[in-house]
Amino acid sequence: MSDPTHDPLPPPASAVPLDRLLAGPVRVVNIGLEQFATDLAGNGAAVVHVEWTPPAAGDAKLAALLAKLGG
Amino acid sequence: MSAVAKNEVRRGFYLDSVRLMQVAAVLKSDVPGVEEAALMIGTPANLAILAAAGLIAGGTDAGPNDLVIAVRARDEDAAVAALAAARAHLERRAARPAGSKHRPRSLDGALAELAGANLALISVPGAFAAAEARRALSRGLNVMVFSDNVSLADEVALKDEAAARGLLMMGPDCGTALVAGTPIGFANSIPLGPIGIVAASGTGLQEVSSLLARAGSGVSHGIGVGGRDLAREVGARMTFAAMAALERDPATAHIVLVSKPPDPGVARRVLDRAAGAAKPITVCFLGAETRASYGDRRVVATLSEAAESALGRPVAAVLPELRAANGRARICGAFVGGSLCAEAQTVLRDGGLAIGSNAPIPGAAATRSHAAGNVLIDFGADEYTVGRPHPMIDPAVRDGAVAALLGQTDVAVVLADIVLGFGAHPDPAGALSRIVAAGPSKRPLVIASVCGTEGDPQGYARQVATLTEAGIAVAPSNAAAARAALIALGKTG
Amino acid sequence: MQLIEEANREAVRRIAAAEPVLVDVRPAGEVIPALGDRVLLHAGPPIEWARMCGPMRGAIAGALVFEGWATDLEAAERLAASGGVAFAPNHHHGAVGPMTGITTRSMPVLVVENRAFGNRAFCTINEGLGKVMRFGGNDAEVLARLRWLRDELAPVLAAGLRAKGGLALNGVIARGLAMGDEMHQRNVACTSLTVRELAPALAQAAAAIDKLAAALAFIGANDQFFLNIAMAMGKAIMDPVCDIRGSSVVTAMARNGTDFGIRVSATGERWFVAPVEMPKGMYFPGFSEADANPDMGDSTIVETVGLGGFAMAAAPAVAGFVGAGSAADALDWTRAMYDITLVRSAAWTMPALDFAGVPTAIDIRKVVSTGIVPVINTGIAHKRPGIGQVGAGVVRAPLDCFKQALVAFAATVGVE
Repeated sequence: MSDPTHDPLPPPASAVPLDRLLAGPVRVVNIGLEQFATDLAGNGAAVVHVEWTPPAAGDAKLAALLAKLGG
Repeated sequence: MSAVAKNEVRRGFYLDSVRLMQVAAVLKSDVPGVEEAALMIGTPANLAILAAAGLIAGGTDAGPNDLVIAVRARDEDAAVAALAAARAHLERRAARPAGSKHRPRSLDGALAELAGANLALISVPGAFAAAEARRALSRGLNVMVFSDNVSLADEVALKDEAAARGLLMMGPDCGTALVAGTPIGFANSIPLGPIGIVAASGTGLQEVSSLLARAGSGVSHGIGVGGRDLAREVGARMTFAAMAALERDPATAHIVLVSKPPDPGVARRVLDRAAGAAKPITVCFLGAETRASYGDRRVVATLSEAAESALGRPVAAVLPELRAANGRARICGAFVGGSLCAEAQTVLRDGGLAIGSNAPIPGAAATRSHAAGNVLIDFGADEYTVGRPHPMIDPAVRDGAVAALLGQTDVAVVLADIVLGFGAHPDPAGALSRIVAAGPSKRPLVIASVCGTEGDPQGYARQVATLTEAGIAVAPSNAAAARAALIALGKTG
Repeated sequence: MQLIEEANREAVRRIAAAEPVLVDVRPAGEVIPALGDRVLLHAGPPIEWARMCGPMRGAIAGALVFEGWATDLEAAERLAASGGVAFAPNHHHGAVGPMTGITTRSMPVLVVENRAFGNRAFCTINEGLGKVMRFGGNDAEVLARLRWLRDELAPVLAAGLRAKGGLALNGVIARGLAMGDEMHQRNVACTSLTVRELAPALAQAAAAIDKLAAALAFIGANDQFFLNIAMAMGKAIMDPVCDIRGSSVVTAMARNGTDFGIRVSATGERWFVAPVEMPKGMYFPGFSEADANPDMGDSTIVETVGLGGFAMAAAPAVAGFVGAGSAADALDWTRAMYDITLVRSAAWTMPALDFAGVPTAIDIRKVVSTGIVPVINTGIAHKRPGIGQVGAGVVRAPLDCFKQALVAFAATVGVE
């Protein structure tokens, strides 16, 4: 086929980061709902839960700056 | 007042000064009547401090290799008690179990904790989700964004960034994934197997993977791409990347692609891509009217057909035999799963019924009322989830709608879905059963299906038994439930 | 922003490339050109006499007498209050100083050279515990010790260091971390390692055996001797990181007993200040929080390079100052700093964290975003001049410094 997204000669599996994910096991950083981390841990996955809070404790002006500055 | 100063010398004793100060602090706070306390190694400088504090009024012969325990208390008894307490504290070994209370507060803090992290699961409020996802991609992590309310522009940018880095960007609005045997988000307990799924639909992925599991097969990976991946603006960016990954993946023998109704132009490009796939592939665009087969490249209309196509044999073939009472002609549905609602609409529409829904598939009318006609409502749609939990977590809103339908004399069949898995309600069948048990004796048929597996926290068999005991007919799949409803009305499924 | 990420990568590269070496001990006036007649350098961001805290004033009075610019302490205070002397922060002249941080021209300073970049940084010699000038002490005993440091110890150390060709510090720090030091409240291992490293050269270079013995006895009796070396090292490491366009890395944190100030790479020499906080800690017998002076000193330069409070995991004993005081708590204090730093040091690792590197390169974006502020291990001075140290504990950098810095930093990269 001529579809450019199809590579008839795929590179070795290790060349693409997402292939390494699929090779498993998943090791997860969970940011948000803690239940997800609890379930992942219950299923034997390595997981670290982030106690997330809104940037700059919700200060709109600083949060807007942070959004532009990135990092 | 006649305060009593007492001291005690331990020869040849060294303990870190910080530990000694801690013990002294405990004596002052915990032993009644203690005015001042100090534990110090007997260097000249320390002895001068003790003397200045009035703690060694009678002098001491302690030297730099000795420990001085010195207290001043309101009376003799208190001073003696303090010295005893000091000795007890010095003897105490670390009693506190290891184990940290530390919780990282940022992605980078978490990465310091977890070597080899390869996936960030993000479920923060939508306004912040894109920034977290961008950060995760820049750290080389694959990303799954559960959050919704991420702009289309951000979604496109994140998926382009992921593609440039060779990473997966699942979502936004991706609730379900299975990666290398691990269920992530609202997913079911699914054995590893040869079938890889790419899904722009959470309950679509859950239904296909659960049907495969209950049929004795399994799933290599279930990659969620987010509900809008096949929208025109996003152009199936992650669907293409996920298909390519499953083509390369040695554990995947057959690929299933599931989506709610896609943009027609995007659907054409995806089908073109599927036609050239390196592995057998089954495409299910829910609500699309296409069915086609080119060898082992197939296009099917329902989730259960997708599972059958991938498996190469029928699943969920046995239907409950039911007949609706005279005078009852309507089929109404109340769903927690959006894709399950779309699948049921597909079955009824293709069975020749005029249907309506709040999330209508092509050919269905838009309505939010169960008052007239054949209407299937998706209670997981945005208008029902503002300010409340999704009905998969708390089915009260959906169950309330079922209760109302039970009293309607022209409704022949009420269709409902029970979605199991991690993150879902602990006993959704029990909740629905109580509603039905409390309903009128003359009521519509209630036909349900259970999306889940025996390995799920709720247990498939237990949930089916609960429904059956309440007089609810249980079909072996969501599509089968809709077909059973057609049969109950005398239509051919 | 790409600019920021690249600039911060460069900042981290420079920190990692640093090769600090303790090379010499010189009179401050010889190596710091600004230290002329009646000039005093002090800790922290700029401050005028009227706003200075008690210990800072006490140390200044003592230093004026020590230099012979005033005949007694009262005359010294009058001179200082009348504007008859000039003040400047150590940080403005390549120097740092502990607590009050007073540096004048005849005081000997440790010289640390960053051989990767050729810059030098300076810090006075640690006077020991008890009544000392860095805590505001200024009586005859304090001044006599300063004279001894100048006339006896400094020449011995200088001769030994030159004979040895300098003491490379990266390795000393690495070993010290493995031995329970965090280089702020606890320097017993690094002090011992320094003596071990320097002893042969000191012996060879010493003019007389009794002077050598006195020098070794002084160093050996002072567990905190290495702190001032670590401080000069921190300054020598961070100075080359200043003025990188787009870098949001903190290059200095310092307190003058009244204000806490920070500097950020991209904003150069500008200070962002907020009222300094009170340390929380434990007190020597006879003293309490009521006696404590607010936080003070340039010693926070060690936290700026990832030591001190940031390296608490290496020094479980120090965790006693921060509350419940278990070893697990010590680990958690360090782990929290990974949320606000860019990298883990490759060279400086902590056995208790499976040899993870210390959290290095504070990013003001991360501080403002998480609200987590740097944790600083510190000594506590009595608030009245002349009394000295009354305890030790932990203090937090004020978040407001970082918020101000973020706004100014954003402007340097065109973000409003």
